[in-house]
Formats: sequence, structure tokens, C-alpha cells
Amino acid sequence: MSILLTRESRVIVQGLTGREGSFHTEQMKAYGTNVVAGVSPGKAGTTHLGLPVFDTVAQAKLKTGADVSGIFVPAPFAADAIMEAAAAGIGLIVCITEGIPLYDMVRARAFVVDAGVKLIGPNCPGLATSGEAKVGIIPNHITTAGSVGIVSRSGTLTYEVIQGLSQAGVGQTTSVGIGGDPILGLSFSEVLRLFKDDSATRAVVMIGEIGGSDEEAAAEQVIGRGFGKPVIGFISGRTAPPGKRMGHAGAIISGNTGTAASKLQALTRAGAQVCDTIEEVVAAAGAAVGQPSSAAHR
Amino acid sequence: MKFLEYQVKERFRAAGVPVPDGRLARTPDEAALAAGALGPIAVKAQVPVGGRGKAGGIKLASTPADAKRVAGEILGMTIKGYTVKEVLCETAQEITRELYLGLTLDRDARKPVLILSAQGGMEIEEVAETHPEAIAKLHPDPWRGPLPFEVRDLIFRAGLGPLQSQLTPLVVKLYALARTYDALTIEINPLALTRDGGLVAADGKLEIDENAMFRHKDLHGADDSEEDPLEAEAKRRKLTYVRLDGSIGVIGNGAGLVMNTLDLVQREGGRAANFLDIGGGAKAEVVHSALELLASDAHVKGILINIFGGITRGDEVAHGIIDATRDLGLTLPLVVRMTGTREEEGRQLLEEAGITPAASATAAARRIVELSSGSAR
Repeated sequence: MSILLTRESRVIVQGLTGREGSFHTEQMKAYGTNVVAGVSPGKAGTTHLGLPVFDTVAQAKLKTGADVSGIFVPAPFAADAIMEAAAAGIGLIVCITEGIPLYDMVRARAFVVDAGVKLIGPNCPGLATSGEAKVGIIPNHITTAGSVGIVSRSGTLTYEVIQGLSQAGVGQTTSVGIGGDPILGLSFSEVLRLFKDDSATRAVVMIGEIGGSDEEAAAEQVIGRGFGKPVIGFISGRTAPPGKRMGHAGAIISGNTGTAASKLQALTRAGAQVCDTIEEVVAAAGAAVGQPSSAAHR
Repeated sequence: MKFLEYQVKERFRAAGVPVPDGRLARTPDEAALAAGALGPIAVKAQVPVGGRGKAGGIKLASTPADAKRVAGEILGMTIKGYTVKEVLCETAQEITRELYLGLTLDRDARKPVLILSAQGGMEIEEVAETHPEAIAKLHPDPWRGPLPFEVRDLIFRAGLGPLQSQLTPLVVKLYALARTYDALTIEINPLALTRDGGLVAADGKLEIDENAMFRHKDLHGADDSEEDPLEAEAKRRKLTYVRLDGSIGVIGNGAGLVMNTLDLVQREGGRAANFLDIGGGAKAEVVHSALELLASDAHVKGILINIFGGITRGDEVAHGIIDATRDLGLTLPLVVRMTGTREEEGRQLLEEAGITPAASATAAARRIVELSSGSAR
């Protein structure tokens, strides 16, 4: 078991023929993902990387039965691509694109919620169910199948945790990068609930960062209310000064909200095990699923 | 992108939001002419930061001679690092009450939020802290915007019912302006009730979403050339850079990873000189440009590069590092940690160039702290 994505998922790529779309579709196929088609308006009838290309998501879904879409479309057109996928009834939309205007995302998010489908991202690395399938840009060789779930706002820190766990002999169920923008699809709370109900996931690693209050909300509303599995928490940006935007549009400490201290406190209060470094996270997750902790030190 | 008060007010005026009569002056004589035409005026420093009043950047003048004198005092002042080059001379208002009207993005609600308060004139965050009940909020549907009955409800909740007929169109216009300009923040504070019973935008603030600038190429905001020169240079190079107060230059890919690298440097006893995220999918030229920027910073005593490639490829990054160290004749201590997509190719290139990548991010942070404090051999 896993969450959101399996080897049976039928995946299309919006923006397949672009530079990033092409490179990462090859990686996704090499990983074992069941990629069934691409969408590039105006290129219907052609094939790319051995995949049929369609003009619209609706056509691609009709002809291939796709249920997941990965979006590698440039920022000015990405919100529209998200809504096109939602309108076509794609159940899981994964948007990798960085730099989407916030008003575009506010509308796209409302559209996705109304359509009753799930969105991951934008500005995220996507997700990988270890050993089965991935949609997005998580490097192929770092994952190992196992029983730890990962949910993270930072792409590159997601990779750090996955690699650290794999090197320590600790496998993962599904790793989900929810993205670093202020306006996102799935939140920490929503992904944590999915892990809670997944029998294969025995512990969850949650990687947060400064800015906003999603970590606090997840701690209070999900982790602190009988989660039933160990949660290992980590917050990056502890030394970031207030008022400075740290790269992610969402990572800014303003007023009294969004500080690392408030997030760490909320996680601790909810019963999560809070760690200071990624190495500690790896060791704690290994211990939680019964791996010898010495394995965490390579 | 941020705007100066007079630039914001030009847009308010064009959208039908009432603003005081005013003229921009660049010399004391121009301020005197403005007072001659307008009568008693307020002379206001034009800088893209708050707290002008407290800094002495806003003064009243009742005659042209007065205006010339106070403009002479304000022009050339430095307010929070910005030299005052222009003053806005505005008809002095007889204000009986100060309100607040603004819009920002509420990330928890994932929607824009309109904020109205009967307690304007000060920092809205302070009001929210001390008198949360004095603030009324409305989250308009992002597709249809605020409907008139929702706006009326907002006004009644703010305790401003008697001003309902004047306030309703203002709220609608402010929302339309926010949409037109992709505003992260748009604010009228204070929104002044004058002795004659009218409402006027006594001050205004506008900040546009950088992600949406492709839709606003014709707009010119506040001159930011007096920002930190390194931050300004980073902006020209299209690098995501924030200056910090330490001595270890940090380059990484991905905001979370870079933030964590800053945390690691501090854990190991050092202090980062900056935050620099080369983003996803950076090419060799970007890495080169980032290294060049940090090498130009006299505070930097060593550089730590931390790359975990997803969409970023190790070989691209390695080429950028190798070319930059050669072209710049870089002599500063340099520690590289590289893993992820095309890691093998990248590490091989680095090793051939005599750069041994560190085994982990923690090891890399420890090493650069040692090297740049001169304690390593």
C-alpha cells in the first residue's frame, strides 16, 4: 500500500515536449511510472518519447483512461493547465512549475476544490511511491521501498530525507513534496490524514519551514488528535531573520506568525518527535520503524 | 515591486478613489510654488518604506515660504537608508477620523482578504494584536469578487454603517485595483474622513506580485537602486539573494535546502553572509554568476555550495563552479557538497578539477566553518 500513486496509476504529462517535460518524463518512465500520454496543444497525432501526444487533457483522458497528470508548463500558462486537468476529471494533479502568479493560483485552487480533485503543488518536486511510480522530479536512484511516509514543503530537503533513509536501510511508502508557495493544493493536514489511513505507513516524517501556519494547523488538528503512528518533525529556517523573504514566496516571518519556534512548539505539544538535523530525522525514523539506529550513521 | 506614495495615488485617482490635490516637488522652490497654488500643504518625503512621519519626513506648511523651508529640510534626508529626492506637496486635510482599508493574500484561507477597520492611521498589525474586534475581514470569492451585500456586511461589522454609501464603492474599486495590478498588498491608511464629510485616501501603499510582472512590463515602481548594492546586483542577475550578517557565503538549490544550510552553518559555529538560491534547473552560467556575486562581497571569507539535484543537474553545476573558480581566480576557501541528478558526472568533473566534494551537508558546513576561521590546515 501507499498513498495517492501506485504502479497502476495512468499518468499523462502536460508540457511533455518541453525541455523539462521531456527530461523528467524519461526519468519517470525509467523509474517504472505508467506514463500513458502527453499533452501539448497543437501537436496532436505526433509521438514523443514513444508516447502519443494529444491537444487537450480531455482527449488524452478519453483515449488513455489517465487518472494522474504531471504539469511541466511555463508559469504564465500553468494555472490554466491545472484547471484544464481538473475540468477533465483528472483525480490527482501534480504541478511542478515555479513562479505562478498568486492570483492565478488562488483561482485555480478554488476551481480544483470545486471539481473535487486533488492538487499537489505548485512549486514542488511532486511525489514518489518508492519502488512503484513517481510524478515529478524526485531523483530516481535515492528511493527504497519501505514503511516511512514523508511530507515536506521543501523539494530539496525531501530528497535529503529520502536519501538519508535509504542509505540507512530505511525504506519509504510515499514521499510527497507539497510545495513552497503560499497558495497550495494539498496541505500538511490533508497528506497526514492519508498517511494515517495507510496501513503500510508505520511512521511519518514531516519537513516544514518558516512562514504561514500550516505546520501549526497540522499539529493541532491532525497529529495531536490520536494520530496512532510516530511523527518525526523538522523545521528549516530557524536562523532566518524576520521580515526577509527566504526564496520560497511562503517562507517569510511576518509579525508573530510563521516563526520556527512556534512551529516546533506546536509539533512538540502535539506529541511529534522534533529533530534538529536531517541526520537526527533519519535516525528517529529508523528507530520508529524498528531499524537499528546505528544504521543511520554511514 | 513596490511603489512610492505619489505613484500609488496616481493609480488611485485614475480608478476613481478620491485623493487630495497634490504636486510632486524635487526642489524647495517647486514646493513653494505648490503651496502658492494649493494653499496650506503637507510636505511628504517619497521613500518606499514606512515610518516616514516618525523620522521627520512629513511636515505641514501654511505659506509658500514655510513650504520652501520644510521642503529644504526634508529633501536630502535619509530615511531607513533611502535618500529623499522628491516630496509630495498635498492640500492639508482637516481630518476628523482615520479609517483603514486594505487587501492582502490570506495564505491560511488560500484567498485574498479585504480588511476594514475604524481604527486606521497606525500599523494594522498592531490593531490586530491589541484590538482584534476592531478589524473586519471579507474573503471574496476569487472568481466573482466581492458582491455589494458582502461589502455592506463588512462595513456594518467594522462599525462603519453610517458611512456605508460612501464606503461600498471604495471597497469595490480597491478590489478591482488589486486584481488589475496583481497586488500582494494594497492599502489606504489612513482613509481619512474630512470635516466636510468626505472620504479621502490620505496615504496609499501598493506592492505587486513579482511572479506576475510579465503582465505589467510597462509599470515603473520605486527606484530601488539605493537598496543594499549586493541585493540590487543580485536582482540584476536574477538571483534569489538575501544579505545576512555573517562571513560564510552560501549557495544552494531550493529555498528549504538553503535555509537548512544557513541553520547548519550556525550549528557548526559560523554565520552565513547570505541566502542565495539558484533555483530549480539552474544552468552553469547561473552558478558562475552566483559565485561571481559572492566573490565580490568583501564580508565573505569562504563559500559553501550545497546542491541536491532534482531538476538541477550535477554536471551543469560542476561546469559552473569550475569555470567560475578559473575565470575569477578564486582564492577563497570553497567547499562543495553535491548529490542527486547526474551526481556521478558532476562529482567526477569536480574531482578532475581538484575539488573534492564533501560527504554530507553537515560535513560540508563543518569544513567551511573550519576553513574560513583559519583553524584548518
